[in-house]
Amino acid sequence: MDIVIDKLSKSYGFQKAVDDISFKVKTGEILGFLGPNGAGKTTTMKMITGYLDIEEGDILMNGQSLKTHDMKQSIGYLPEHNPLYLDMPVVDYLHFCAALQHVAASEIDARIKKMVKLTGLDVEKHKKIGELSKGYRQRVGLAQAMIHDPEVLVLDEPTTGLDPNQIVEIRELIRQLGREKTVILSTHILPEVEATCDRILIINRGKIVADGTADSLRKQAQGKQVLRVRIMAPSYQDVFEQLKQLRSVGSVDVVDREQGRFEIQSVSNMQSNESIFKLCVDRGWILTEMIPFETKLEDIFRELTMN
Amino acid sequence: MNAVWIIAKRELNSFFDSLVAYIMLIAFLGFSGFFTWLFGSDIFLVKEASLQVFFGVAFWTLFFFIPAITMRQLAEEKKTGTLEMLLTKSINNRQLVMGKWLACFLLVVIALAFTIPYYITVASIGDIDHGATISGYLALLLMSAVYISIGIFASSITNNQIVAFLLALLIGIFFHFLFGILAGGTSGWISEIFSTLSLNNHFESISRGVLDSKDLIYFISISLFGIFLSEYMIAKRK
Repeated sequence: MDIVIDKLSKSYGFQKAVDDISFKVKTGEILGFLGPNGAGKTTTMKMITGYLDIEEGDILMNGQSLKTHDMKQSIGYLPEHNPLYLDMPVVDYLHFCAALQHVAASEIDARIKKMVKLTGLDVEKHKKIGELSKGYRQRVGLAQAMIHDPEVLVLDEPTTGLDPNQIVEIRELIRQLGREKTVILSTHILPEVEATCDRILIINRGKIVADGTADSLRKQAQGKQVLRVRIMAPSYQDVFEQLKQLRSVGSVDVVDREQGRFEIQSVSNMQSNESIFKLCVDRGWILTEMIPFETKLEDIFRELTMN
Repeated sequence: MNAVWIIAKRELNSFFDSLVAYIMLIAFLGFSGFFTWLFGSDIFLVKEASLQVFFGVAFWTLFFFIPAITMRQLAEEKKTGTLEMLLTKSINNRQLVMGKWLACFLLVVIALAFTIPYYITVASIGDIDHGATISGYLALLLMSAVYISIGIFASSITNNQIVAFLLALLIGIFFHFLFGILAGGTSGWISEIFSTLSLNNHFESISRGVLDSKDLIYFISISLFGIFLSEYMIAKRK
């Protein structure tokens, strides 16, 4: 199910929590929602799930406005703090959620069985939710969000409280689901977005500051190519001079003279890999390392959201 | 299955899982049984084969017990955040409030059902007025409907259960006897208004066996008003 967010705004008092946001999410796409605390991620998600009213702008699902159509049945939602009825056993809780989402009575048991298996709750399914550890509660939260097989999944920080093994499992699960569903997930954990999401949306102070794949964001933030090379040659001074004279090379920094390590920044929109390689071949130098230096997502995030 | 009933069923289960229901039932039956059969102007002192004594006692016990069962309903959901989980499912504000109301009402019905042995006992001792007894039970149910609505409304405006409990009692006191006292202390049309608002007056006429549509309209409209107000408070979250 395609989701179109159109000029969405929402304010609390004088503070604009969400300020004129527009974006689209297609079926089979996993969208990562990034931003510092209080950037408007949760508010946007609450509007998509129908908990908060749309103040200005619109949200369309399959072309139908949420203002006039109730689409809650097509949405699975895991709220930020994963609120659950702690006094209910896992199975009863899932049964309750399935019934509320109009899953046919004859199918409820099968759905519960499937969800319990999918989220690895089999051993814990008859315990009360209050007796479960945080990681298992998070699984219950995910199971209730998916119990009615919704076309859209909105997950607000789905991996908080999970141990590293569980995080890998849940990410794998989200990736699987993302093939046929539309998934929007928010997180603070940057490697997570890279690992799971097809597209990243960074928002800050209610506005979108970046939108694209991890690679395209990197390119956008970086502009110039940076390479780290190690060249074995009789005279390093000579290497330094020759590298500087290459047409595509903007600047050369000596990292370690003894070891022959250099950091080379290319001229904008040009690649230096080939010319460096050719130079080494022509001169008979041995090129032992050539590492493209990647700007980390953390740096992009900091650059866009610190002000 | 209807969303109202799904909510009500969960809530009823939670009453019986968490002892709330048992404490409520034991306390209600204990109090009303004690004052009906053993103490004060009890049935043996009155020497009449009627349950009027019981209705008088239940009039007060329910007044105190209902806020104790309604206080949790919405306040707790708001505090723990489960309200967000509920309202993002295919359910609207009204269905949620109605479900909560129904659960509380059914608990009161269960409590009153346990007093049917009183009825059978008195009927076997003497010549009981069946009409008056049935309408006495009806009066108790109608009164409960009103106080449950008030209690749920009190629970919808706070996320603190104690505040919800006290607020429900405070509003309840007006309907229970303050409007009646005010009606006695004023005159003319003001007195008329207070006397109409006083729940006591309407309760008494029904529990005596006089079924007047005016009284029925009173109970039903105040119950509905409370439900609408709670629904409004829930919708105001945005």
